[in-house]
Amino acid sequence: MLKVKNLHVNFGGIKAVKGISFTVDKGSIVSLIGANGAGKSTTLRTIAGIIKASKGDIEFEGNSILNNDTSKIVKSGITLCPEGRRVFPDMSVIDNLKIGAYLRKDSITDDINKIYEMFPILKHRSWQLAGTLSGGEQQMLAVARSLMAKPKLMMLDEPSLGLAPLVVNNIFDIIKEINQTGVTILLVEQNANKALKIANKAYVIETGEIVMEGTGKELLNNEKVKSAYLGKTK
Amino acid sequence: MQYFLEQCLIGISIGGAYALIAIGYTLVYGILRLINFAHGDIFMVAGYIMIFTTANFPIYISIPITIIATCILGVVIEKVAYKPLRTAPRMSIMISAIGVSYFLQNFATYLFTALPSNYPPIYFLKKQIHIGYLKTNMADILTPIITILLVLILIWILKHTKIGLSMRAVSRDYEAASLMGIKINNTISYTFAIGSILAAVGSILYFTNRASVFPYSGSMPGLKCFVAAVFGGIGSIPGALIGGFFIGLCETLIKAVGYSTFSDAFTFVILIIVLLLRPTGLFGEKIIDKV
Ligand SMILES: Nc1ncnc2c1ncn2[C@@H]1O[C@H](COP(=O)(O)OP(=O)(O)OP(=O)(O)O)[C@@H](O)[C@H]1O
Ligand SMILES: [Mg+2]
Repeated sequence: MLKVKNLHVNFGGIKAVKGISFTVDKGSIVSLIGANGAGKSTTLRTIAGIIKASKGDIEFEGNSILNNDTSKIVKSGITLCPEGRRVFPDMSVIDNLKIGAYLRKDSITDDINKIYEMFPILKHRSWQLAGTLSGGEQQMLAVARSLMAKPKLMMLDEPSLGLAPLVVNNIFDIIKEINQTGVTILLVEQNANKALKIANKAYVIETGEIVMEGTGKELLNNEKVKSAYLGKTK
Repeated sequence: MQYFLEQCLIGISIGGAYALIAIGYTLVYGILRLINFAHGDIFMVAGYIMIFTTANFPIYISIPITIIATCILGVVIEKVAYKPLRTAPRMSIMISAIGVSYFLQNFATYLFTALPSNYPPIYFLKKQIHIGYLKTNMADILTPIITILLVLILIWILKHTKIGLSMRAVSRDYEAASLMGIKINNTISYTFAIGSILAAVGSILYFTNRASVFPYSGSMPGLKCFVAAVFGGIGSIPGALIGGFFIGLCETLIKAVGYSTFSDAFTFVILIIVLLLRPTGLFGEKIIDKV
């Protein structure tokens, strides 16, 4: 469904992504893990069209979407739930959901009801300003907002960042649930353990390059991954 | 007493025109974090467009033409002078705005000379009206009503339309807004369009009671409306509205008691006091710098 080929991204002189290639199959969950500054967010933001690539190609459903503008990319069915949630704090929860559906022309009432079923907490807070929600609630809102665009591929950048363990479990359950409704997931995470557990396929990124790949299980059992990302020693 | 009330009506009327212009400053600031120094001059150009169009068309045609032409002017200025500087430091785009301001003034001088040109009388607006023993004219009565009506429409647009939603999102967070599929540049154009439309309406109401336009007629009102926007809390629409009325009213009353010479200085004294007491103005949000 998504093919990233030899992607290079520079910020001025800094090479943040140096020839990354990976594929995301339709219906799967793919995780990218890696340390701080490895280039994970940069990769997602480039796919979303926020940053321009300097070299390489990105194909979505057979067409190159490289350096298309973000609006066009969202329209083609890719959304990014950004790092740090980035909900619109001075808008109500419901307005945040509406703006997630910005490009849609069909009726969204049904979808809002579905979202409220999936995230009951948001239903109770429908008219509350998003800025006054707790961190966990904001993350739910950010995911819900991304879902409102009816994506085929949903990218999530560190959805568990700064959340309590219980809420983290909750988020991962929701990601699985979304995947089961047929949405393909590309997940970036620091929480490697959880990210590998739900992944069909996973990639390890180090300083802008992919250094390992395999199924979630394979990487969970890999000694190098264990010591570097799972905090386990032999 | 009668004199005082009549002066109040005049003040409220000027204040309404100021409020319409102040909203333009506040909208553009909200979305670009830019003080659009050319805004007052757009207001002045709207005056000339009106003079030009009424010379050729009846009033009911020239008013819409003026509004549309001013709207286009605002959008084009943004595209030509500000858009190319989107990623440049904020100071550069500010300097560009000052440049546009001077350009419009010089261009108007070139086309129309520095002498005041007569503003076409809009008889309907000039009509004398008596309310009890108060004498006033249609423009003075209509200005605050039109102002408040337009502000209500604007608030409705911001709250209930997609364009409004996108304007609020872009004002807050460019990147998150584009991730929703919003085209940032289009949203910025809508903002300039709305701001310029309000300036055109403000210009018609303002110049009707002044009878002439010259190339610098935009600078003082422009500055005052900027002050009004800061007074109310730049970025806030209710703030700009109240700021506009407040400054219009104070200035007129000061003139009425015989201190005309100081009425302009007064505006700036207010700005300084407000900034000392409440750096974010009456309704200002805490200044959160864009990420
Ligand atoms: N806008 C930018 N300008 C300059 N350098 C940047 C910019 N954004 C990212 N970088 C650099 O690119 C590299 C990769 O950053 P990126 O945000 O992709 O890392 P990450 O893997 O998402 O890290 P984290 O886990 O901390 O979020 C870093 O060295 C970073 O400093
Ligand atoms: Mg990151």
